[in-house]
Amino acid sequence: MSTSVKIRAKAKGDMVVIKALWSHPMETGLRKNKDTGELIPANFINHIKCESAGKEIMNADWNATISKDPYLSFSYTGNKGDEFKISWADSTGETGEKATKVK
Amino acid sequence: MKLSNKRRLFLKSAVATSSLGVAISAGLLTPSAVLASWPETAFTAKSSADAINALFGATATQSDKVIVDVNDVAENGAIVPVTIKTSLENVENMSILVNENTSPMTASFNLQPEFGDSVSIRVKVAKPSDIIGVVKAGGKLYSNKKHVKVTQGGCG
Repeated sequence: MSTSVKIRAKAKGDMVVIKALWSHPMETGLRKNKDTGELIPANFINHIKCESAGKEIMNADWNATISKDPYLSFSYTGNKGDEFKISWADSTGETGEKATKVK
Repeated sequence: MKLSNKRRLFLKSAVATSSLGVAISAGLLTPSAVLASWPETAFTAKSSADAINALFGATATQSDKVIVDVNDVAENGAIVPVTIKTSLENVENMSILVNENTSPMTASFNLQPEFGDSVSIRVKVAKPSDIIGVVKAGGKLYSNKKHVKVTQGGCG
């Protein structure tokens, strides 16, 4: 399943408020398939990076204990019209990125 | 994060590699789950103190300038909204730990000066637990915590 992220980037004064919502199972590797009893392999986003107009503003390491379909919210000093980009990698090696213009 | 810290982390991970290799060969970890950049030792540590020490090489002092915002009671432990907020200056890192989870270290954010004073995320909480917020500011570690009751665990 391919991972996707929805981003809302809104300028408020001299700050930009980010709300991001991924669709990702965030499997810990400890859960069992209820029908077969087999362990469901770990699969979770473990690294993300956020950039504003090409400059890094945050990077983060995540554990499998982040909820399924991760939601993240924060703000940073920035301007309307700037490009905001999130990139991520999960524990299976899948990577992705998405950029949006600050509204 | 400063270069010197990265170097320290690298040294730590190099030291930890030998035991990690044992874990892989014992089938405890699949190699695909091991990413070079991921701070394995901190994120698999079984206690909050070990995790904080593995990530920062220091212990945190309790501070009211770190605010952990979480509901008193969470009905569904699978989705517990947590906000870490701080009034400290020169913040370099904000981290979230769920003390009673098997691996407490949940998220660690490395911040640039443009970053705001808070971060919100949803976490899994297996059983009633303190949520610990750690903030690294001006080279020093500060922490605070808040207890959350869960009626239904979030890791099953």
